[in-house]
Amino acid sequence: MSAWIDTLMVALMLANLALLCSSRLRMLVRVVAVQGLVLGILPVLAEDGNVTVRMALLVVASIGLRGVVFPILLLRTLRQANVRREVEPYVGYTLSMLFGVVAFGASLWIDSRLPLTGQAFSSLAVPVAIFTMLVGLFLIISRKKAVSQVLGYLVLENGIYILGVSLVLEVPLLVELGVLLDAFVAVFVMGIATYHISREFDHIDVDQLDSLKG
Amino acid sequence: MTAPTLDSLAAVLPGLVLAPLLLGVINRTKAIFGGRRGQPILQTYYDIAKLLRKGAVYSRTTSWVFRAGPIVTLAAVLGALVLVPLGGAPAVMSFPGDLVLLAYWLGLARFFTVLAALDTGSAFEGMGASREVQFSALAEPALLVGLAALVKQAAAPSLAGAYAAITPQALWTGGPGLFLVAAALLVVYLAENARIPVDDPNTHLELTMIHEVMVLDHGGPDFAMITYAASLKLWVLGSLVVGILVPVRTGCMAADVAIAVAGLAALAVVTGIIESTMARLRLVRVPHLLVAATVLATLALVLAWRHAA
Repeated sequence: MSAWIDTLMVALMLANLALLCSSRLRMLVRVVAVQGLVLGILPVLAEDGNVTVRMALLVVASIGLRGVVFPILLLRTLRQANVRREVEPYVGYTLSMLFGVVAFGASLWIDSRLPLTGQAFSSLAVPVAIFTMLVGLFLIISRKKAVSQVLGYLVLENGIYILGVSLVLEVPLLVELGVLLDAFVAVFVMGIATYHISREFDHIDVDQLDSLKG
Repeated sequence: MTAPTLDSLAAVLPGLVLAPLLLGVINRTKAIFGGRRGQPILQTYYDIAKLLRKGAVYSRTTSWVFRAGPIVTLAAVLGALVLVPLGGAPAVMSFPGDLVLLAYWLGLARFFTVLAALDTGSAFEGMGASREVQFSALAEPALLVGLAALVKQAAAPSLAGAYAAITPQALWTGGPGLFLVAAALLVVYLAENARIPVDDPNTHLELTMIHEVMVLDHGGPDFAMITYAASLKLWVLGSLVVGILVPVRTGCMAADVAIAVAGLAALAVVTGIIESTMARLRLVRVPHLLVAATVLATLALVLAWRHAA
């Protein structure tokens, strides 16, 4: 069982690295979708297969939103906004990947220093959660396109979810649904905002926002 | 250092005899994918035999370095072959830290190929040498870190010990670390042997060649040695990958070695499939791939570290 969870954790980690090094926006959306799917199965494995109705509901909602609805929304935005396919990073792909290694090392270190009360189901869970959050933040600050910032936000949210599942298995249903709803609204609003930005300015390059400063 | 036994001959002899066959298997796979009949599967042997019968022509601008290149290369690759275990057969030589020696044997072989290429004074060969050195500088960390991860996971200081510790059970329950190492080593195997997606062994355009362009000026017995050394290198790096993915131990050594050789043949088929289905990467993207391999190997090392801790 633990080998399976570790495999899932490494899959999440590899998805993070793929996010750092892929150059196509569509690819990024797909990788985030896959990460969402893997995340969705996580609670089932963490509970050793004892599925309750409540959890089944959460798993279905989480997989449905992260793995299906978000990607469809984002891909539609990409199509409507006529975005160029490249990610256009500020930081090169190779350097991003090296950042990934450093960030993973850093999250292992943070994990060893963090006074956590709960016991995670896998020794990798907390480092991977922190790593995912760091990668999400890095995507937000190092990429030009508005869509990649939405993706960075989603990855950040994924990281928080891993941390939540691994430490507090019994998160109240209401909180869990609230978080999912928040993420859903955020992606929805950001998708629409991105579309409008591209309609107004013919691109979604947030670099240009600098010129708004007085 | 353990003394070589008669058993360890079983790790070396198949390599010496069957290595050129791998190139034949790769070419046959590519031919089938391309809808052709393809050259005989033993073609590399015929080529080597033909080249050995010929005389060599040396340019007056070259020095002894050019003549030493193929000899040192072949010797260094043989040195590497001696260190690698095959199937259940122990390596001829095994001592703590031999993986570093393995990397440096391969490095020495490459160094002399590059020197011989530079010695000709040809602009094209210099360009190929520059690329070869650039890419292998990135592939070497992946190889070393990957092997270090294996050694760490097995808690055995030598290659033979690390590979002996890999069992089918360890492969299934030991988590994904071993697969990460295998993926990293597969990329190193493709890059170091000048296969697609890094280099195209069949290209006829000097501008796009990497490995082939460095040996353009060699002929006759020298080129036979280079071809044989290249196939041995394919065998050495291939058996590093196969040793992880096909860790079958029946107890009977002959059967183990046969299974490992079959694994190498399967790897050659996979190489042929990769070459037939993938396009070659743009030169600027190759470092990207190699860094990714290093990252995978590093992750495996970190996992092994935590496993041990």
